[in-house]
Amino acid sequence: MVRLLGILIGLGFVLVTGISLGWGVYAYVTEEHEESVEHAFHLEQRDIAFSFDGPFGKYDRPQLQRGFQVYKEVCAACHGLSYVAFRNLEDLGYGEEEIKAIAGQWQIEVPAVDPKTGEASTRKALPADKFPDPYPNEVAARAANNNALPPDLSLITKARHGGPAYIASLLTGYRDPKTYKNDHGKPLPADVQPGEGLHFNPWFANLNIAMPPPLRDGQVTYADGTASSLDQMSKDVSAFLAWTAEPKLENRKAAGWAVLIFLLFATILAYLAYQNIWHGGASRRVRQTGPLDPENMAKRDEAKSDAGIAG
Amino acid sequence: MSFPWAEEYRPKSGFMRWLDQRLPLPRLVYGAVGGGYPVPRNLNYFWNFGVLAGIALMIQIVTGIILAMHYVPYDQAAFRSVEHIMRDVNQGWLLRYLHANGAAFFFIVTYIHIFRGLYYGSYKAPRELVWMLGLVILLLMMATAFMGYVLPWGQMSFWASKVITGLFGAIPLIGEPVQSWLLGGYAPDQPTLNRFFSLHYLLPFVIAGVIILHIWALHIPGSSNPTGVDVKGPQDTLPFHPFYTAKDGFGLGVFLILLAAVTFFAPNYLGHADNYIPANPLSTPSHIVPEWYFWPFYAILRAFTVDFILGAKLWGVLAMFGAIVLLFFLPWLDPSPVRSGNYRPRFKQFFWILVLDILVLGWCGGLPAEEPYVMISQVATIYYFAHFLIILPILSWTEKTLPLPNSISESVLHGEEREAAPVDLSGVRPATAAE
Repeated sequence: MVRLLGILIGLGFVLVTGISLGWGVYAYVTEEHEESVEHAFHLEQRDIAFSFDGPFGKYDRPQLQRGFQVYKEVCAACHGLSYVAFRNLEDLGYGEEEIKAIAGQWQIEVPAVDPKTGEASTRKALPADKFPDPYPNEVAARAANNNALPPDLSLITKARHGGPAYIASLLTGYRDPKTYKNDHGKPLPADVQPGEGLHFNPWFANLNIAMPPPLRDGQVTYADGTASSLDQMSKDVSAFLAWTAEPKLENRKAAGWAVLIFLLFATILAYLAYQNIWHGGASRRVRQTGPLDPENMAKRDEAKSDAGIAG
Repeated sequence: MSFPWAEEYRPKSGFMRWLDQRLPLPRLVYGAVGGGYPVPRNLNYFWNFGVLAGIALMIQIVTGIILAMHYVPYDQAAFRSVEHIMRDVNQGWLLRYLHANGAAFFFIVTYIHIFRGLYYGSYKAPRELVWMLGLVILLLMMATAFMGYVLPWGQMSFWASKVITGLFGAIPLIGEPVQSWLLGGYAPDQPTLNRFFSLHYLLPFVIAGVIILHIWALHIPGSSNPTGVDVKGPQDTLPFHPFYTAKDGFGLGVFLILLAAVTFFAPNYLGHADNYIPANPLSTPSHIVPEWYFWPFYAILRAFTVDFILGAKLWGVLAMFGAIVLLFFLPWLDPSPVRSGNYRPRFKQFFWILVLDILVLGWCGGLPAEEPYVMISQVATIYYFAHFLIILPILSWTEKTLPLPNSISESVLHGEEREAAPVDLSGVRPATAAE
């Protein structure tokens, strides 16, 4: 009875799915497939190697410091870093006094309450403060940016497919929409040319991004004397943003190796214990008639040779 | 609890005798997972996964309780509190990554455990209730995992909660009131987050309770085994402890190595980048997907694209829930007296097609709803329902099975190749538990 009912219900589901499938196939065959512009022009992130890739990778401190400098001098004008505190910069190799100075001289002040009047005011940042947001609220941010909202950058490398390589690709990815041709030599169609206040960048998901090209060669004068090419700055700031998104990466990998080595050792011991219990003396003591009895093993070998099975 | 199988517990020390007479806890442990529980001696590594699932639940409960000490179920603060855990709580990153990846591994071992049951016929008499209780656990796991995914209040959290509760909205007449009752409003918001947190904390303990019933029901007939032949005597069994505790110890080691490898070296690999963006009700992600362990069901949901008597969406919801509900009827859809797929050559072929089919469904479920993936998922959906509702019932009538070994110890002794000659079993009933 259950089987008959089951078959009926099964046929019902097969029929209904079949109708959907038939409709889908019909539409697929009869309708024209136009490749979407995004599909034709959007590019996957470039293959960029970072020092923190792989199971042994670590952050490159001088690179993080350079990246922080790029953030401070360029990105911070529009993008917040609201999950990161000034004190966290210790991880980058800055000393206590340096961090105090960085916080005290930060271009944006921290919202506060005037201790005398109780009115809203601002004060200089302290090492314990998170990086203050560049805009007091979303409306102000949009008003200053042609109605686009600059995202907070704390987690940006984890919040985008492709991670830091995507950010570096995007920062170096601005192209002239008039002359750009994709890998198949196709120019950008006229109806997707960037509109007012938008900028063509094939690494951005919908090709036109509100952010104007933020970096150009030599824009930042690195404190450590590294030549500040566009490529260098993009990589450095992407590495810095990888750190802001995953500050515990080095602890994680170090702990991971310790745990793996311990577990490997414990698992080998567990395997040996398992083999010892199953094939050692204990199994024979517990069950005289088990398959691992010498007598039974001899019988099995005999049976195998009778049957012509090797081994 | 009484286990008909269990050997009589004999306390070894005066203290244990004293304790056992007042609270028979030693007796319970001895009979449930100790030397008193006889287990077929031929279990292979696929029988490790039940224990692994239990351990995965414990990892989730321990990490989850500590995470709950730092998490704030408030829509303006939830995302920030998760980042607080990641950055400022001692080893908080480890707790959170272990909890997120632990959930994924809980599903991996549970799915393998279920496929083990499907292949070896563990759902058949006299273990139907073991199977059904297991499905209840699966449903509870799904609800728990879904609500847990909402808690960080990222973009995917928010939109997944909107889509999944929206499924209830497809029910005619009562759908929309049910949906707003579940959400506590017309869209996911503070009431949703708060109740999901409460239920996410509660349900794991309900799961633990159902696991106790699952194991209790299992211990009445005892464990099945790869031959599917019933235990005939003591020569067929080994005591659970030390034999299977030792084997499970090794299995646990391998499981933890894999979990650690992902947790420490690719902790976000199984997640979705969009969930690192705070929830924004005004911005819909271009591609809403649930976590990977829901992908096969998500593909079934989206396979229905044409209205036919009922709306396409309602068909999708019916099919998605039906895909799990039909498993409750499996013991009666497939009443073939032969349990193990090893002795059912035709069943074995269909079983592997089913495995492939579910992998294809999972693959489609993770992709955008575009052609040709929708057509592929439609074909796979057809096979899924045909397999359980049409092929298995017919197979159990018509199939010629291979002869079963006379006993477990004989099959161990001889190696099974020797007996592998096809014989018509339609008139012959192999041993069942009643004998």
